[in-house]
Amino acid sequence: MLSRTADHLYWMARYTERAENTARMLDVNYQTSLLPQSAEVAQVGWQGLLAISELTYPYRELYGDVEPSKVMEFMVKVESNPSSIISCLRAARENARAVRGALTTEVWETQNQTWLEMMQKLSSGEFEHDPGQFFEWVKYRSHLSRGVTVGTMQIDESLRFMRLGTFLERADNTARLVDVKFNAQQNEFFGSTGAAKEQDNDFYHWSAVLRSVSGFEIYRKVYRDVITPERVAELLILRSDMPRSLRACMNEVVSNLEVLANDHSAQTSRRAGKLKSELQYGVISEILANGLHAFLTQFLDRVNDLGAGISRDFLIPS
Amino acid sequence: MKQFDEMYATLPERADNTSKGVLRGHYEAYAAWLSQQSESKMLSRREEAELVFRRVGITFAVYGEKDADGAGTERLIPFDLIPRIVPASEWTSLELGLTQRVKALNRFIHDVYHDQDILKAGIVPTEQVLHNEQFRQQMVGVSVPHDVYSHISGIDIVRAAQPDGSGDYYVLEDNLRVPSGVSYMLEDRKMMMRLFPELFRSHRVAPVAHYPDLLLETLRHCSPASSSEPTVVVLTPGMYNSAYFEHAFLAQQMGVELVEGQDLFVKDDFVYMRTTQGPRRVDVIYRRLDDDFLDPLVFRPQSTLGCPGLMQAYKLGHVNICNAMGTGIADDKSIYPYVPKMIEFYLGEKPILNNVPTYMCRNAEDLNYTLAHLGELVVKEVHGAGGYGMLVGPQATKAEIEQFREVLKANPSRYIAQPTLSLSSCPTYVESGIAPRHIDLRPFVLSGQKIQMVAGGLTRVALKEGSLVVNSSQGGGTKDTWILEN
Repeated sequence: MLSRTADHLYWMARYTERAENTARMLDVNYQTSLLPQSAEVAQVGWQGLLAISELTYPYRELYGDVEPSKVMEFMVKVESNPSSIISCLRAARENARAVRGALTTEVWETQNQTWLEMMQKLSSGEFEHDPGQFFEWVKYRSHLSRGVTVGTMQIDESLRFMRLGTFLERADNTARLVDVKFNAQQNEFFGSTGAAKEQDNDFYHWSAVLRSVSGFEIYRKVYRDVITPERVAELLILRSDMPRSLRACMNEVVSNLEVLANDHSAQTSRRAGKLKSELQYGVISEILANGLHAFLTQFLDRVNDLGAGISRDFLIPS
Repeated sequence: MKQFDEMYATLPERADNTSKGVLRGHYEAYAAWLSQQSESKMLSRREEAELVFRRVGITFAVYGEKDADGAGTERLIPFDLIPRIVPASEWTSLELGLTQRVKALNRFIHDVYHDQDILKAGIVPTEQVLHNEQFRQQMVGVSVPHDVYSHISGIDIVRAAQPDGSGDYYVLEDNLRVPSGVSYMLEDRKMMMRLFPELFRSHRVAPVAHYPDLLLETLRHCSPASSSEPTVVVLTPGMYNSAYFEHAFLAQQMGVELVEGQDLFVKDDFVYMRTTQGPRRVDVIYRRLDDDFLDPLVFRPQSTLGCPGLMQAYKLGHVNICNAMGTGIADDKSIYPYVPKMIEFYLGEKPILNNVPTYMCRNAEDLNYTLAHLGELVVKEVHGAGGYGMLVGPQATKAEIEQFREVLKANPSRYIAQPTLSLSSCPTYVESGIAPRHIDLRPFVLSGQKIQMVAGGLTRVALKEGSLVVNSSQGGGTKDTWILEN
């Protein structure tokens, strides 16, 4: 297939996935902010959300102080923010439109319909009226997009490049989420008193994190025990049966790369395989002992490097 | 001026509802059905159609315009629910005429780039061909597969009221470069079948959905002799082109790659596309951009839409380009008046389709006549398209006519003039209900191993009352076109 077509498909999938993850993160923060908690804790959540996407500076330029409604607005409907939901869905749709002939009618119409509905929701005030509902809608459209892709696309290169985009993006997004949520927790409980209160907060904090990646029920099934940060980290990083974990994402990246391999892609495949093995044989206690933040930072760099390799080997080098 | 309506022999009087008009035979069944539909049902069908067209993204871009939100320029072409119905007997003679005309036009293009017999015979003035902006020196002596130049021809046909009240078909213009609109023909039919399946049970409407198949067959047939399993691609200027939807649609329907100039490259005089598995040879390019942009080494040097070296590969017969370069010499409005003579010259046949009488302002006599009758004539730019830069005398203000007079006098050879035809009308949904609006017809004629076409074409309708300009860029809409078997 055309390299340019593959490039558009790959980015279409990445932007769709990114929009979903942004919605997930906003939703978990929004839901958490409805709980009775100190203003300070909520504030840390919103700050973390901007930090996760490396957007603290552009946000402050535009708005100044961090306020929940403004952060939501910034992350949903500000077009100058490349990570906002509107920017992601626009980019997804533009990429789809550029290769609409390479998509099934159903996939294209889903993308186009998502875009049209979103414009309607944003202009009618539906989002401000009920942000939770809007985030649900973004997730739902992403589910639909993935489902219609897997359910209607020919199982060929096109589909592989889209899957590659989805899982590489998801690996990146989950890593960022874990990074910021664990950092926030450390700050939050620094100097805290009262063990009972701590445990309460713990539960709500970690269950919200799990819910944001649809992992609450999976956690329960896997561990059948109370929620602890170590296990949350293990689930989101090392478990291959948790669909949004780093390991599950890397498994998909590697298997799709294997099918797509061409004369130039050996290095990229090797690096992807190495990263996958490290997750496969990794142990959470070791990772935590060596520093979670350092681990995740390195992981993000390597994912970024894989993305560059894929572009160079198959797509249009940027 | 006399009127001819496709549906009514006598139009219903709208002022007093006592007169219901007199229907033409081939519309009787449809009209009976329509009279039983409630206004609310038809309204909801119109809304459904719009919704679906928007979701499917059947849009076109209007150059230089922005939507209310300033973001996009994607517009829907208005789709009208009332079909334009043509009896099969009329279509049969149209088809014969179209086949004959396109055959002669292809012969003409081959001739002017080779032996120039028609110029030597004095039938078409030599300087009008050789000094024409559309004459491509680069094509002189170049052989193309099977001597076919215009593989896809869009021939615009109108029906005009005659003094006796009948309606005759005329060819208004030939489009032999990159005629567009066929996707609307196909989507309009799909929409009608979705909205009103019952109509297709009660009417025997000739199908059109196999057009992409015929197109692919035509393109494959025109592959250079060297390849047995040709790779066909559609070349688009990109997603911001006004007809991008159609490019993507046709590529998808034919199952071939939709490429942009940046996807192609020429190596050792062969054309390749860049794929995820390395370069792949391309044999046939169905190009949807003008000659000028195809090869920056030969035509516009600053164009980034084409592919450097393409012309050389083409000349060597390593790739075929459809339509060929240089077809504009045959659809130029200054050449149009000679088409009937071409048919006689090349085929030895009498032309089946009428040409519109044309005054060529380059001739002093014709210019004087035109200047004296500006208020009655339609004056068009020889190289114009899309309904831009033309004067419709009877509908222009005095000031507009005087302004145009100066433009015309300054550069007469750029213009032709024709009597204002009373274009036939067809009942159409408008704000105030159903009213007659002027229409034309663009059949798409394919030339490969043989000349073939699907029955009908794209009917365009001028939605403004009294307007004779049907182009989508000028607010025109479309209708489904039914060739009705008896």
